[in-house]
Amino acid sequence: MRERFVYLDHASTTPVRPEVLEAMLPYFTQKYGNASSLYSIGRESKKAMEEARIKVAAALGAQPGEIYFTGSGTEADNWAIKGAAYANRKKGKHIITSAIEHHAVLHTCQYLEREGFEVTYLPVNEKGLVSPDDVRAAIRDDTVLISIMFANNEIGTIQPIAEIGKIAGEKGVYFHTDAVQAVGNVEINVSGMGIDLLSLSGHKFYGPKGVGALYVRKGVKITSFMHGGGQERGRRASTENIPAIVGLGKAIELATLDMEERNQKLIALRDRTINEVLKRIPHVRLNGDRQRRLPGNVNFSFEYIEGESLLLMLDMKGIAASSGSACTSGSLDPSHVLLAIGLPHEVAHGSLRLTFGEENTQEDVDYLLEVLPGIVERLRAMSPLYEEKEGSQCTVKK
Amino acid sequence: MSKGKVMVAMSGGVDSSVAAAVLKGEGYEVVGVTLQIWPESKKEGGENLCCSLSAVEDARRVADTLGIPYYVLNFKDLFEKKVIDYFTLEYLEGRTPNPCIACNRYIKFEELLRKALSIGMDYIATGHYARIEFDQSAGRYLLKKALDPRKDQTYVLYGLSQLQLSKTLFPLGSFTKTQARQLAAQLGLPVASKPESQEICFVEDNDYGSFITGRVGREAKPGKFVDTKGKVLGTHRGIIHYTVGQRKGLGLSLGKPMYVVKIDPKSNRVVLGSQDEVFSKSLTASDLNFISIERLEGPIRVKAKIRYSAREEDATVTPLDSGKVQVTFDRPVRAITPGQSVVFYNGDTVVGGGIIDM
Repeated sequence: MRERFVYLDHASTTPVRPEVLEAMLPYFTQKYGNASSLYSIGRESKKAMEEARIKVAAALGAQPGEIYFTGSGTEADNWAIKGAAYANRKKGKHIITSAIEHHAVLHTCQYLEREGFEVTYLPVNEKGLVSPDDVRAAIRDDTVLISIMFANNEIGTIQPIAEIGKIAGEKGVYFHTDAVQAVGNVEINVSGMGIDLLSLSGHKFYGPKGVGALYVRKGVKITSFMHGGGQERGRRASTENIPAIVGLGKAIELATLDMEERNQKLIALRDRTINEVLKRIPHVRLNGDRQRRLPGNVNFSFEYIEGESLLLMLDMKGIAASSGSACTSGSLDPSHVLLAIGLPHEVAHGSLRLTFGEENTQEDVDYLLEVLPGIVERLRAMSPLYEEKEGSQCTVKK
Repeated sequence: MSKGKVMVAMSGGVDSSVAAAVLKGEGYEVVGVTLQIWPESKKEGGENLCCSLSAVEDARRVADTLGIPYYVLNFKDLFEKKVIDYFTLEYLEGRTPNPCIACNRYIKFEELLRKALSIGMDYIATGHYARIEFDQSAGRYLLKKALDPRKDQTYVLYGLSQLQLSKTLFPLGSFTKTQARQLAAQLGLPVASKPESQEICFVEDNDYGSFITGRVGREAKPGKFVDTKGKVLGTHRGIIHYTVGQRKGLGLSLGKPMYVVKIDPKSNRVVLGSQDEVFSKSLTASDLNFISIERLEGPIRVKAKIRYSAREEDATVTPLDSGKVQVTFDRPVRAITPGQSVVFYNGDTVVGGGIIDM
């Protein structure tokens, strides 16, 4: 059914770069030693892991001793939030987060509510931005953690992280940020931005799946997450996944190295897509902030159609896109992010997220622009909602 | 050459899997979908519900085996409104609904069909055992019984319109269940030996009572069991727990077998009667759909079926002024149940049907 394949879902995952794969391969079959072993191939694994740690630290402006490898971004989020909450229970039981966090954060907070913690879910404005003033006003004496995502996975909005970090620092409250979408796309400096805890995930920046990291600023108290051996300084037991950790290190190094150049290209693809779609298709809105957004992120709502049908038709044309976060696109309930920025239920249903990556070209945008207007038109022609809308317009004209 | 594009509703069971395989073999471009219609089972390991995760996994494995694209479509909101709410309200009204008929009518052959057509499909298909034929002389699509009478499912399909029938394929209409299983095994489909589902797909453990009280948020209100003369015989657990014709589970010892004859939601009473009193000769039905004829102009002779598993009975269907019909049976039939459907047949052909009022 498909002739062409255009991948426009890089916020969901990215291909592993060839250089990354190449760096990983020896650690499967030749340098397979357990990093905890004292003999040569064990030491070799340990060394590779520490080099990766240095690369991650360098990308974040952190010290290598502040980086802990995890099994995923979700794990890093869980660890940061539960770990900070449990370790500081004596201080209090209040957590501040936002309404548009990834489920890895939201559902962890909801879990903690059932455990007796109190959570404030800050609203966002119509662009999806958290107000630093709201953060300041929400802080209580018993607040132990603020967790605000760096950039949103659906609408790409980049939060005022440094401002929030400054407030958290002044008030002496730990500040965690889920930076899974930001790493490799946005300049990050944990010390300059007042970040105490930061989660990241390898497969979002051309690294492998199944590996992430948590930055824990030196001196920040969090409980250990996995109990077992003494890996990761006893904080996260598990035999280290050396090939994946090596891949993550290589990927973050490359992503940081050519970030500016890549971003220029992504912004060009993104802005052309936004401009052309808004021009060519009626009844469409751009979700998120026009400027403060991730370089590769586009998120539209097409009125009178269902995102689900749109995705199916794009897939049949060989275009891989999503309606929101990939984690929920199997179910396609309306996005909590779009509802939080004030979209009505039925408009939130008709959303499309396109996220560009380094292998995309202007030809991909050409193809998208060739295919998308026809699909939207067709779906609207079949939509009872659109008929009503057009019908009511006719009545008005009469 | 493709014979057209078909969207097959796949439940992960044998029938819909074989339906997809047959259509692919006949040269259609097949896309498989599973309708997600109800939140996943809350119980760990509760896996017999047809929309559960394991159903999706099974359907996906079948689609992969067949090499067809496969999607999960979200129908949760609509299913809740058109099927679950209907199902719940009917029970609260003392009726016994058939949710499969509502699902077929409003979900599969209406919304799914609309969605399929809107994304460029020519047909939808399901694994139902039934046949569709176009009758040139009448200029109408006919719904006919499956060739295997034991598997025939036309009873739950009588609500289909001409447009829906014209866009629907039932590839299993000429199969027996055994043949379907054999074909599944031959094709190496991973579900060939899966047991048949019988229960209502969204009710766990077939426990209607708990399902409805869970939806309503309170326990059913107990009331009186009375006999046909109005004499109080005992206390019942709430009308949602009973259906016409029921004998077991009444919790009474009256010295002779007693059956539910009538449920009255207004007085919250359940009327019990003897074996004879469960039989009656006529019913009225509304919410009618006719297939082999455009409308009912005058009385017609049919074979009528009042439940999925009931026998066909000779009857006369007469139109009433109210737009309803009166069905008069030649011989009294057992346990005519409001909320169930009555379906009319002429030989193998479905004439039409409606929902029993009383």
